[in-house]
Amino acid sequence: MRKIGIPEVEDIARGAALLGAGGGGDPYIGRLVAIGAIKECGPVTLLDPEEVPDDAFIVPFAMMGAPTVLCEKMVGGDEYKALFEIVANHTGKKVFATMPMEAGGLNSLFPVAAAARLGLPLIDCDSMGRAFPELQMATFTIGGISASPIALADEKGNTVIFDTITNKWSEELARAVTMSCGGSVAVTLYNVTGKQIKDYGVKGIVTRSQQLGAAMRNVKNVTDKTPEESFLEFSEGIKLFKGKIVDVLRETRGAFNFGKVVVEGIGECKGHSAFVEFQNENLSATVDGEIVATTPDLITLVDTETFNPVPTDALKYGKRVMIVGLKCFDMWRTPKGLELVGPRYFGIDTDYEPIETRSKGGWK
Amino acid sequence: MYKLGIDVGGTNTDAVIIDEEYNVIADIKNPTSDDIYSGIVGALKNVLDVSGIDKTKIGQAMLGTTQCTNAIVERKNLAKIGILRLGAPATRAVPPMVDWEEDIKEICVRKEIVRGGYEYDGREIAPLDEEACKEFFADMKAKGVNSIAISGAFSTVRNDQELRAAELCREVMGDDVHISISSEIGSMGLVERENATILNAALWQIAEKFTEGFAQSLADEGINNAKIYLSQNDGTLMTVEHARKYPILTVACGPTNSIRGASYLSKIENAIVIDVGGTTTDIGVIQNSFPRESSVAVTIGGVRTNFRMPDVVSIGLGGGSIVREKEDGTVTVGPDSVGYALTKKALVFGGDTMTATDIAVRLGMADIGDRSLVENIPQELAKKAIEAIRTMVEDAIDAMKLSSDDSDVILVGGGSVILPGKLEGASQTVKPDHFGCANAIGSAISKVSGTLEKLINYDDIPRDEAIKQAKEEAVKMAVEAGAVAETVEIIEVEDVPLQYYPGNTNRVKVKAAGELKA
Repeated sequence: MRKIGIPEVEDIARGAALLGAGGGGDPYIGRLVAIGAIKECGPVTLLDPEEVPDDAFIVPFAMMGAPTVLCEKMVGGDEYKALFEIVANHTGKKVFATMPMEAGGLNSLFPVAAAARLGLPLIDCDSMGRAFPELQMATFTIGGISASPIALADEKGNTVIFDTITNKWSEELARAVTMSCGGSVAVTLYNVTGKQIKDYGVKGIVTRSQQLGAAMRNVKNVTDKTPEESFLEFSEGIKLFKGKIVDVLRETRGAFNFGKVVVEGIGECKGHSAFVEFQNENLSATVDGEIVATTPDLITLVDTETFNPVPTDALKYGKRVMIVGLKCFDMWRTPKGLELVGPRYFGIDTDYEPIETRSKGGWK
Repeated sequence: MYKLGIDVGGTNTDAVIIDEEYNVIADIKNPTSDDIYSGIVGALKNVLDVSGIDKTKIGQAMLGTTQCTNAIVERKNLAKIGILRLGAPATRAVPPMVDWEEDIKEICVRKEIVRGGYEYDGREIAPLDEEACKEFFADMKAKGVNSIAISGAFSTVRNDQELRAAELCREVMGDDVHISISSEIGSMGLVERENATILNAALWQIAEKFTEGFAQSLADEGINNAKIYLSQNDGTLMTVEHARKYPILTVACGPTNSIRGASYLSKIENAIVIDVGGTTTDIGVIQNSFPRESSVAVTIGGVRTNFRMPDVVSIGLGGGSIVREKEDGTVTVGPDSVGYALTKKALVFGGDTMTATDIAVRLGMADIGDRSLVENIPQELAKKAIEAIRTMVEDAIDAMKLSSDDSDVILVGGGSVILPGKLEGASQTVKPDHFGCANAIGSAISKVSGTLEKLINYDDIPRDEAIKQAKEEAVKMAVEAGAVAETVEIIEVEDVPLQYYPGNTNRVKVKAAGELKA
C-alpha cells in the first residue's frame, strides 16, 4: 500500500503516454483532472493486488471516446458519483475499490481522479497493459469475465446501465451511447473480484507507468550511453525507424480517429520510408513496404530529442520521430488474446508474429 | 533598396539596415523608452546616421518585439480581463486557468463557464445561455474591464456561438471593448486554445502602444516608402492591423528572430543559442539552420499553449535583473528587471538598484558605466550572485541539450556580458560579429507567407489532389505577398473533418513562406 500524490501523477502521466501506443489521448487533460481531484480530496491509496481480499468487489473506471473529443469537452465532474451510485444500486454490493481499465494515455489518470473524489482505494492493475480502442479488448475477456453490467454517464447528466450477451455487444452498445452523447462518456465495466484481478489482471501496471515516467524524466542524465540507447534500454523498446513526418491522413469515423502517418527517413534511415496505421492507437508499422510490427505489440512514436511520446492526435507535418516497438503482455500472444486484438481483428491481412522476430531486432 | 529591422526589447531597441544581398550595413543599440516611440526614433536616427544611406531607399521596415513575452513573463502591464467559456455542463472539471501560477491568475477579474459549446459533429452541447452571457458582460462593464476572452468547446469545428457571444459582448459593453475569440487564435485542444486567447486578451494595450509607436516613428523620420511589417512566432511577417488584433502571435518572435539571426551571423548550423536581453534570457536550439520546433505544447511564462513555436526555454534573467540578498544570506537574481530604466536605476549609472550588470562590472567581467559606484558591493555577495546566474543558465542549457555530450553555444544579445565565461555543457562558445543585434537581423530577414484556408469536399476532389492544389495556391499567395518564388516552402498543412457538413467536407489549411523580395 502506498499513496499517489501530485509528483506520482506527473510521472504516471509521462509513462502512460508511452504505454498509450499513440492512443489513449495525451495524458495532459487526465493529469489536470487528477491533480485537481488530489488537491481537493487528498492523495489516493494505491493497493497491490495481493493486498486485496479474494471476494472484494472492484469497479474499474474509464473514459470512453475519441481523445480529440476529450481534449475539447473534458469532464463535467459529476459523472463519477452518478456512475458508482447506479452500480451499487444495480448490484446491491458495496464497492471495495476502483482500478484503471487501460494503463495507456489519459485513462491511466481518470481513475485516480475518480478514486480521490469517491474516497476509494485504487488497485495497481489494469486489464490491457497498454491502451486499446475497444472495451472487449481486455484480459478479463480472455478470462471469461463479463463486461456487464456496464454503466455510462455523460457530462450532461444522462446515465444508463445495461447487460449484454457478449463483451463485443457491450462495446457495440456502449459505442452507440457514446456517439449519441457527443463522442465521450464516463464508464464503469467488468466489475470483478479480488480473485479475478489476481488471475487475469496486468498486475503492477500503475507502478510500471510511474517508473517509465521517472526514467523518461531522467533520460538526459545518463552519462555512459546516448539518450537514445538509454531510452531503448529502460523501456525495453526496439527501434524500428527514425524520420520526419511528411503526411498525416486522418478521419473520425464512429467514435474513433483513424489514420496513417507517413515518415521519411533521416540520419541512418535516410533514403527509406515508413508508415504507421492507427485506429486511436497505432496498429502496424511498415518500413520500405514490409510490416515490422503489429498489434498487440505496442508501437509508439517518440520525439527524437526529448523521447516524449507523440500521440496520434498530435502528429504534425515536419516533426522528427523515432518509431519504437514494445512487447505486449504475454496473455495477448495466446490464441484467445490474438482473436481479440491480433492484426486480423483490425483488418490487417497478416498473421501475428512477435515483434522480437518480426522486426529482426529492429533497425540496425 | 534596403531592409530595416528593428527589435524592441525590454531594455534596448536595436536597429539594423541590410542590403538586398543581406549584408549588414549598420547595426546600433538604443535604450528602449517607456512610450516605445522615442526609443524607436532614437534607434532610427542613429542607424540612419551610421549607415549614411538615403532613407527613401528603405523599402521594408520590420519590427520584432519581445514586449508581449516580457509582459507575460514579468506579469506587467497586462490588462484586466474577463474570461467566458461556452461549454457547461461539459468541461467544468477543468476550469479556465486551472494550472496557471497564482501571480498571473490575478489578471482575471471574473471567469465563468456558461451553458453552450458544440459536440464534435457541430450539434450543440447546450444552447448558448445568452442571459448568462449578458449578465457576465454587464458585470464586466460595471467593474471597468474592457477586454474579454471567449472560448467554446469545439469552436474550431463551429464558431457560431463564439461569434454570437462576441456580438452580445459588443451590445452590452460597447464597440470599444476588445474581444478575443478562441476559434480565431488557436487550434484543437480547448485548454491550450483558451490559454492563448486569455493571453491575447491581456495584451491589447501593449500591442496598441508598440504598433502606434513604430508607425509614428517611421513617419516622423521621413521613412515614407517602406512597407511596415511585424514579426510573428513562426518567423514570418504580419501587417500592423493583424498584429493589433492578434498580439499573441508576436510572442516568441524574439527567440525565432534571434535563433535565425544567430545562425545567419555565425554560419553555425547546429548549436544552442543563448540570447541574453535586459529582462529575459532565451535558450533555443538551431538544428540544420532552422530553430528546433517544440513538440506538442509550448509554455510561455508558465502558461501552456498550442502554437507552433521554436523550442525555447525563457528565464527571467538579463542585464537589468534585480539582485537581492535575503535575510538568510542567499542571493537571488531576477525574475524582475529594471528593464529600460537600466541606465537610470543600475548602480553603475548612479542609480539605487543592484542589477546583474552591476555584478558583472563588480567582478571585472564588463566595463559599463562607472566602476567605482559598485566597489562597495561585497565580493562574497557578487560571487553568490554570479553563481546564481550560472545555475540558472546551466540548468536551462541542460534542459535543451540533445544528449549528455557538450554542445556548441552561440551567445547573442546585449546582456550576454553577465554570463560567466565557462559554462558547463558548452564545448565552445561563439560570439559572432553584430552579436548584440541578432534579433533585429533575424527580424529583417523574416519570411513572408501566404495562408490558404478553405472547405473542400474530399468526395468531389480526392484528398491527395486537394492538398496538392491547396499547396500550390498557398505558394502562389506567398509569392503574391512578395516572396521570392524559389525560396517558398510549405510550413504548415492541416485538415480537419467537418462532420456537420454534407459529404466528406474538410477544413484545409496550408501555409507557405519564402524570403521577401527586396
